Amino acid sequence: MKLITRLTIVALLFTATSAWAHAFLDHAEPAVGSTVDTPITEIRIWFTEKLEPAFSQMQVVDRHGKPVTPNRATVDSDDPSLLKLSVPALTPGLYKVSWKVMSVDTHMTVGTFSFTVRKSR
Amino acid sequence: MKIFAAFRSLGSILLPIVLLRPFCGPEPASAHGFAGDRFFPATITTDDPFAASEMSLPTILYFRQPGSPPTKTIDFSSDISILVLPNVALTLGDGYQWQKTAGQSAQTGFDNFSANLLYEFFENNEHETIMSIGLTSEFGGTGSRSVGSSSFSTLTPIFYFGKGLGDLPTTLNVLRPFAVTGEFGLAIPTRSNNRSVTFNAAANQTEVSSTPNPDVFQWGFAVEYSLIYLQGHVKDVGLRPPFDRMIPLVEFSMSTPVDRHGGTTTGTINPGVIWSGRYFQFGVEAVLPVNEHTGFNPGVVGQVHFYLDDIFPKIFGKPLL
Repeated sequence: MKLITRLTIVALLFTATSAWAHAFLDHAEPAVGSTVDTPITEIRIWFTEKLEPAFSQMQVVDRHGKPVTPNRATVDSDDPSLLKLSVPALTPGLYKVSWKVMSVDTHMTVGTFSFTVRKSR
Repeated sequence: MKIFAAFRSLGSILLPIVLLRPFCGPEPASAHGFAGDRFFPATITTDDPFAASEMSLPTILYFRQPGSPPTKTIDFSSDISILVLPNVALTLGDGYQWQKTAGQSAQTGFDNFSANLLYEFFENNEHETIMSIGLTSEFGGTGSRSVGSSSFSTLTPIFYFGKGLGDLPTTLNVLRPFAVTGEFGLAIPTRSNNRSVTFNAAANQTEVSSTPNPDVFQWGFAVEYSLIYLQGHVKDVGLRPPFDRMIPLVEFSMSTPVDRHGGTTTGTINPGVIWSGRYFQFGVEAVLPVNEHTGFNPGVVGQVHFYLDDIFPKIFGKPLL
């Protein structure tokens, strides 16, 4: 029993050459749940982990559920934890952001949040 | 000893799988504690509903058991869960107790060894809902009688659930970080009563007494308010570390005997907080007895809990088999 336990621990240490984790949302622009009046042309989400570009996506829909752009989100080449999506200038209203990302250790996480664009004063 | 022999056999089977695992090709890894936007932490005094690879090491409980005088108890326990099949996890656990009653010498010894098999049969991401069933077996006679470990085994079929309130309308945003997890089980002892034989010298006769072992309805739930959820899915209120990773919660852990004159409900209410990091979480809770049958003094429980699927993604990131 002791031998098997020790061998298992050695196996764990040997194979764990590096350790990663699930990608949580760290912060976003516009901020989660925020109300903004500046023109929005890009949605940016920073995650707690580096992302796998081929399997990380984001969609923004208006209050009717219609996507605001056909563009695909991209992972920033200088900051692999940043997912960004260019959008046309958003009109006032409520928008919902949905993201599905894979961290570089292949853990998948999903999430949503909303923000509001209000009329410029 | 048959149990330990069985574990040696189990270890012989699992070890080659663990060793070969990193050389398998990449594929999306399963996640611990997630249902849609919701991350459910591993709760401390009630079991969470997820089939996942994780390890609690240690869980330390300090409590005074009722009596005249009461008995101070410190329990050091640990358990490890391995995702063996998709949605199926095997958990093995044990503990070591130190007990001290005023005027008596301290007693120490192991708790009974326990194993649990959990099957997660329902998950709805949109409604942050999860349901599981499980069977826990506590193996009688594997612990020390000096600390009250029973000589008989107990089988407990259990239903688990988890529900986040993130699907509430945005007009109720303040409630959306709430979630509830819980369990309902019936602990069935494999021996309905314990018989003891004593010799009464005064009456010069042998006396046989019987202590019933009732079936016990075990129920508990946890009410959580996730600041992680608030910050990431409802509203960025500007929380900074460590507060942005905290989940305040209250756990209710109860036992109600259902037959054999088993007595009244006992249990504890445990308010506390869990902090969840990248590879582990840490939690601490007060342990407040609900009535005089449970105890008179508050206790405390703390736990360090590791996410094995994050620490060793190549090995535990997906089902073992």
